[in-house]
Amino acid sequence: MVDAIKRPGWWRGLIGAVAFGAFGFGLVIALRAISDLPLYQTEQTGYPHVIVPAITAPLGFLAGFGCFDYWLRWAAGMPTIPDDHSQHGAKSWKDYFKFNTDHKVIGVQYVVTTFIFFFLGGLMAMLIRAELAQPGTQIVEAATYNSLFSTHAVLMIFVFVIPVFAGLANYVLPLMIGAPDMAFPRLNALSFWMLPLAGILFISSFLAPGGAFDAGWTGYAPLSTGAPLGQSFFNLGVQFAGASSIATALNFLVTIITMRAPGMTFWRMPLLVWANLSTSLLVVAATPFIAGVQFMVLFDRALHTNFFQFTGGGDVISYQHIFWFYSHPAVYIMMLPGFGIVSEVISTHARKPIFGYRLMALALIGIVVLSYSVWAHHMFVAGMFSWLRVPMMITTLLIAVPTGIKIFSWLGTLYFGKIHTYSTAMLFALAFIVTFTIGGISGVMLGMVPIDIHVSDTYFIVAHIHFVLFGGSVFTIFAGVYHWFPKMTGRMYDEKLGRVHFWGTLVGTWGTFIPMHWVGMDGMPRRVADYAEQFGNWNLLISVFAFWLGAVQLVFVYNMVVSWRYGPKAGANPWRANSIEWQVSSPPPIFNFDEIPRVVGGPYEFGIPGAKHAIMAGEATTEGAEVPAGEKSTVGTG
Amino acid sequence: MYGRLPIVKMLLVTIALTVVISAVMVPINWNGQGASTAAPKIDHLLNVMIVLSAFVFSLVMVMLFYALWKFKAKPGDESDGEPIHGNTRLEIAWTLIPTIIVLFAGGYSWKVLDDIEEKSPNHMTVSVFSQQFAWSFAYPGKDYAWSEGELHVPVDKQIVFKMHALDVIHSFWVPEWRIKKDNVPGITTTATVTPDKVGTYQLVCTELCGFGHSTMRATVVVEPRAKFDKWVEGLDQKTPKPLLEAVEESTTSEPPALDAGGA
Repeated sequence: MVDAIKRPGWWRGLIGAVAFGAFGFGLVIALRAISDLPLYQTEQTGYPHVIVPAITAPLGFLAGFGCFDYWLRWAAGMPTIPDDHSQHGAKSWKDYFKFNTDHKVIGVQYVVTTFIFFFLGGLMAMLIRAELAQPGTQIVEAATYNSLFSTHAVLMIFVFVIPVFAGLANYVLPLMIGAPDMAFPRLNALSFWMLPLAGILFISSFLAPGGAFDAGWTGYAPLSTGAPLGQSFFNLGVQFAGASSIATALNFLVTIITMRAPGMTFWRMPLLVWANLSTSLLVVAATPFIAGVQFMVLFDRALHTNFFQFTGGGDVISYQHIFWFYSHPAVYIMMLPGFGIVSEVISTHARKPIFGYRLMALALIGIVVLSYSVWAHHMFVAGMFSWLRVPMMITTLLIAVPTGIKIFSWLGTLYFGKIHTYSTAMLFALAFIVTFTIGGISGVMLGMVPIDIHVSDTYFIVAHIHFVLFGGSVFTIFAGVYHWFPKMTGRMYDEKLGRVHFWGTLVGTWGTFIPMHWVGMDGMPRRVADYAEQFGNWNLLISVFAFWLGAVQLVFVYNMVVSWRYGPKAGANPWRANSIEWQVSSPPPIFNFDEIPRVVGGPYEFGIPGAKHAIMAGEATTEGAEVPAGEKSTVGTG
Repeated sequence: MYGRLPIVKMLLVTIALTVVISAVMVPINWNGQGASTAAPKIDHLLNVMIVLSAFVFSLVMVMLFYALWKFKAKPGDESDGEPIHGNTRLEIAWTLIPTIIVLFAGGYSWKVLDDIEEKSPNHMTVSVFSQQFAWSFAYPGKDYAWSEGELHVPVDKQIVFKMHALDVIHSFWVPEWRIKKDNVPGITTTATVTPDKVGTYQLVCTELCGFGHSTMRATVVVEPRAKFDKWVEGLDQKTPKPLLEAVEESTTSEPPALDAGGA
């Protein structure tokens, strides 16, 4: 027992959380006592004796869990063991519940954790649709309803879509570039463990007096600065999710820039790597803005600063400027990695090189640059300076151009290929093109100021974001999970169940989100628990499709869980893909490669006899060596 | 090698599909009834966008489904596709053409925006006050006549709304007018509308403002000038002092015109 407490792990983590939490609590009480203040301050925006422990307890958990052990020992001058690999790799399922520095273990931890939050957020969506099935108030009252849609969005955005991409890339990207791991494995593990803490903070706000945060995921001031305690949990949760995101992005940048295998020039990187390079550039520069603005809200709430308090000289609209300066790039943070996944899947299953590879990579960079200049299109009716609208409209419309390049290039990739549609991953990638085109079209309409004035803050917006986030991002996430499932688990999933899941999801997505456009244009505002009678029938239909969409996801869970345990063994390269991760065994060896591969060509050299992307250890080692005719796809070396 | 593709046929199908989609979608009155001079302009812009979008969508569909039909691998075929890495002319085309389309859309929107916001010298100013979860309105004339929960305006007269929020952000939307503007605490925001149909409409709050957000509504009555004057005459409430003070403390969100010169 004593030994268990000394070792990093769950026991020490829990003790750390309790100890640090108690310290935070005691600090507040002691400081208030010596200041002659009442010990407990329970204004709804106050509760310092809750907020401070909510900061210290998660840090205590991380410290106890072992996230800082190596660094602390090093900083204190104590002996460290640089080549201690005891925290690396997973031998049993128990290793997934430990502080682990293996990018493959961390990747799986990310994907599984984020999918748990996906289903929690999905359950909230079901409650929301149950309430909206009929006009009037039936299931939850208005205040609870506001909490529900706020937490739904926050869970989906901050602890599902953004980190699940980081998880997939965590697993795949080092393999793809021929690296043994990420550049900073311990930072990588710390990034992961901050994530569940963020999710727990978001969800535990339901326990706070006054209920969970209810100012929407956008948390506009001054509604948020005056909201009950739950809002502070949102402010803090975003810090942990944001720190996790920023650290991971730095890790990706350094990994991609410095750890590519010999011969892997920038123009030989698979597009998934390009996509994560672009995403990381967005995250490191944009995410600090939301972290900062949520601290400003927290300070307005708890310390009575006046950033956004108009009565104290604060400026209400500046919240929105700072918030959207992060949150519009965030839209691309949630989409670019998906673009990368779709490129890999389509090229592999069409047996064709990506059409216009360089323009595809440049389009990503174009989106990164443009995305910093469009944020105020969220604010056309917000009362900001009116001359800001037209330039922001033009940049917004222009960002459709690089996005269009990507759509057309994927389509071009299909031409003169050999398209295989047996894989569920390919089905999701193809359906993504269609649904994302619709989401893009409604996005262009929203970018036009006169149309936006009418449909801003209506269900048209709800329809648009779900078309791009569900029909866009989530479809690519499914494509990615199905595509790399054999690599990650070493087993094949069931394609029949995969197809049921795919068609069910496609029908559910269209049925749920298409009619939302119509009720929005016709006058139904968003974020309402109750609405005019005239929208009743459409809403009932939307709810029915939403329940269907929710139910179909259970097929996915069943398929993943059962296939992971009992699925047939997967070979190294079931899709006959070219990139490096498919040239090692499934799952890959603990340190990825016995010998770092040498990259000798582009990543998508399908159809070129003898062309190779990389030469693995044990293969012919002279560059440009003739590969015997008839052996078109490289075989994994195991 | 693209000579091998039936490009003319594909284009014809795309155009046919565009015509069908447009023929179905354009006649539908998506935004509901219109009751201001801005409404037909915005609705027309929307229809233009529907046709352009129908073309883009049809093009993507035709390209996708033709490829799926023509280039689907036969069962058991394990060979690769042709090693085509791109086509510079095609790539330039699908960069330039969309750029032209969106710039056209942007220019057209700009024009519509200028049109619907053009101020007439002969306008009437009405003040809007919003607070959790109620609307009230002050009319010009002596003593600042004031109404709660019911907004009256004369028909065919340009109204400039000066909006003030007293607690959190609210948003002023009358769907039939196609006009929406946030009311922001601490500043005065402005919206311009010329109602052109007599009738009764609903004013809806579209910015989340708390638990009463979904029920924060007001009635809007558009009526002939004489009736309106009489109604204002009959108002016996004056605008409460705190509201007037809020107006004085507010700054406007409109910056001075760039050519206004130094004071």
